[in-house]
Amino acid sequence: MSATTENTVHEMAAQKYKYGFTTDIAMEEFPKGLNEDIVRLISAKKSEPAWMLDWRLKAFAMWQKMEEPHWARIHHPPIDYDDLYYYAAPSAPAPKSLDEVDPSLLDMYEKLGIPLNERAALAGVAVDAVFDSVSVATTFRETLSKAGVIFCPISEAVREHPELVREYLGSVVPVADNYFAALNSAVFSDGSFVYIPKGVRCPMELSTYFRINAKNTGQFERTLIIAAEGASVSYLEGCTAPMRDENQLHAAVVELVALDEAKIKYSTVQNWYPGDADGKGGIYNFVTKRGACRGRNSKISWTQVETGSAITWKYPSCILQGDGSVGEFYSVAVTNNFQQADTGTKMIHLGKNTSSTIISKGISAGHSNNTYRGLVKIMPGASGARNFTQCDSLLIGDQCGAHTVPYIESRNMSAKVEHEATTSKIAEDQLFYCRSRGLSQEDAVGLIVNGFCKDVLKELPMEFAVEAQKLLSVSLEGSVG
Amino acid sequence: MPGWKPLEMTALPTRKLEAWRYTDLRALSAMSFGEVPNPPAPVLPDLALPRLVFLNGVSSENLSSAVPYARGFEAVAEPSAEPLALINAAHAQQGITLEIPAGVDAGTVLLISQAGGTVPFAFHPRHRITLGAGARLTIIEIAKGDGVYWHNPVTDIVLQDGAKLEHVRLQDESREAFNLSTIRAEIAENAAYEHFTATIGAKLSRTEIHAALLGTNALVHLNAAQLLTGTQHGDFTSVIAHKAPNCASRQTVKSVLAEKARGVFQGRIEVARVAQKTDGYQMNQALLLSPDAEMDIKPELEIFADDVKCSHGATIGALDNEQVFYLRSRGIPEAEARSMLIRAFLEEALEPVAQADAKALLEAEIETWWVKQ
Repeated sequence: MSATTENTVHEMAAQKYKYGFTTDIAMEEFPKGLNEDIVRLISAKKSEPAWMLDWRLKAFAMWQKMEEPHWARIHHPPIDYDDLYYYAAPSAPAPKSLDEVDPSLLDMYEKLGIPLNERAALAGVAVDAVFDSVSVATTFRETLSKAGVIFCPISEAVREHPELVREYLGSVVPVADNYFAALNSAVFSDGSFVYIPKGVRCPMELSTYFRINAKNTGQFERTLIIAAEGASVSYLEGCTAPMRDENQLHAAVVELVALDEAKIKYSTVQNWYPGDADGKGGIYNFVTKRGACRGRNSKISWTQVETGSAITWKYPSCILQGDGSVGEFYSVAVTNNFQQADTGTKMIHLGKNTSSTIISKGISAGHSNNTYRGLVKIMPGASGARNFTQCDSLLIGDQCGAHTVPYIESRNMSAKVEHEATTSKIAEDQLFYCRSRGLSQEDAVGLIVNGFCKDVLKELPMEFAVEAQKLLSVSLEGSVG
Repeated sequence: MPGWKPLEMTALPTRKLEAWRYTDLRALSAMSFGEVPNPPAPVLPDLALPRLVFLNGVSSENLSSAVPYARGFEAVAEPSAEPLALINAAHAQQGITLEIPAGVDAGTVLLISQAGGTVPFAFHPRHRITLGAGARLTIIEIAKGDGVYWHNPVTDIVLQDGAKLEHVRLQDESREAFNLSTIRAEIAENAAYEHFTATIGAKLSRTEIHAALLGTNALVHLNAAQLLTGTQHGDFTSVIAHKAPNCASRQTVKSVLAEKARGVFQGRIEVARVAQKTDGYQMNQALLLSPDAEMDIKPELEIFADDVKCSHGATIGALDNEQVFYLRSRGIPEAEARSMLIRAFLEEALEPVAQADAKALLEAEIETWWVKQ
């Protein structure tokens, strides 16, 4: 790498996290630590019915018996689960309209560029913004309810649509699925609930903007999306957290259920605080995301752009149960400085003629480590199943690591599985070509990286694509020449 | 050591270990091994090459020829904590030590293991092969047998600057036997290790290769073909460590699985920070010939240097019906069409095998295997 490159690397490393402001509003917090009383408190706070509390307590009991997993290629000091707040919410009562929302909150969303008020109408996006743990404002309720779509905080769904929540909650990610999912099941504070009824195409793209604000707070959202027969929905999730010295824990669970002919598209742009240039601070993002294609010809598509978090541990997966169902995973993961990402997907083929596509692009810079870990499993009943996987890694600088760990298991002769992976550095000749056309080193890298990620970025909804492209360049600023 | 069980020595690895997630040794753990019986009547390949013959793991003076630079077993300290290598180290009393001096072309040597007996037994040969600077050697290793036994060889290979070793292995053990082979190779500057294993026999087998590229421009080829049927389990595991700049590694592993056979391929390419300009390539393909066959693949890239070119590819599927149809439409009967396609499928892995006798031997074995199907 040229000297210019090195310099740019250093300059970029000094780049400030532009969302690193905090909002000062009165917070309501429970005491630190985790025990049965905290679980009961959270449940009581949410006025939950008894079955929900039992469910949480069962999860808590299981979690206590479980051990933190250590198989991923990530390193962090031990997490003290008794040193975290498990619930934090703005102390004012929940607002009924935008006018009631704390102006400093709205101001913060402005800074983040979330279209929450009039801009929301122009952008055509309904936002269920989760500010720490409580959904503070939900827009476009009316338009959605006309179409029969339920889009509300999950705490509300527990009270108002218990039959749906009871049927589907934990049906894709069981309570004791893994350590972090069990923790989430016990203490989840809020999140989104979406139900698209039979035959309905959701009239707008749904969006939740997560934001971790309070210090030392674990954010444990729970998202449940159900698309009934023939329904379709596109859901956007974006995450931004303010700058903190401590490492914050985020352990979310997302469950998707697609019935016959239903389609769910779930897009994430994750740019949580990655820690500073020395690897201090940042979010631990330990997330379980899984979709079940229960019905025939159903489809679940995950698209993620992961640029933030100190540590990302995340494997959005598809269980392809219905005949002819389709699973997709498009991912861009960028790590810089001392970030660590261990991310990928699982495609479990159960039904006949199921197909899956995995496109993963990993970019490592600085001292970071970026791992793709994935499983493609073809079960004996999955005749005619088809998988195509492509994992490409790009290395920028000689202090980072790129790793690929795919598992491929086929138990059906009529299934076709193809996997390819490449690792290379950013090509000097491409850089030279761009520079000779007058692009700056940084713009040239941005261009090449965006080109490298094109297959994934084109899957993002319009609203996100622009932000994602910018994020890619911002994340790599200072890391490349 | 009559009646000892391997568990009492060093625990065999279990599926809880990541490196063993696809190969279950419980059937082996459950066994007791008796004293090594008298060797069976040997059936040796008809090849006019110098040979070293082991019967039930014991060197046979009568059947072996005088091979220059070859000595018998020499005990050395076991460097690793790998369970199988440790068990081998605890029991090894036989094996060859081959030290080819610098600049010598030692030609081709046959290394034959023939096993058989009426009670289950185990043998743990340890071989050491060292090639001095610029030396050349080809080894054709053949393992065959009848009955129930566990063959647990460890082969340590050291190739000094510019040396070249061609290592061709045919594993055609008894269908009731266990073969767990460990091969460790250290490859210095400009040296080359060219490996090919054909896995045809054994009830359960694993070939585990650790190759370290220690000097610039070192090269390693690890190729293999697994032809499995019945309830056979075959595992080919490799770890290639690029520890110097400008090295290349090439792997092509092909599996053909019939009936209820299960094939495993695990391959890891590790590129250390110093190993700039590494060129690593790994291709793994499997043909499933029956609805009950299973293939598990885990190719891994672990890369810490930026100026590298590493890739891996993997495919699993059935024979392409369109290709069969094409051949049949040209008047070729179905069985022959399928045979042609399978041989073509294996050809890419076999291609680097240069030694003519070795190639003829392997092709004959593949043909025999196919005819039995």
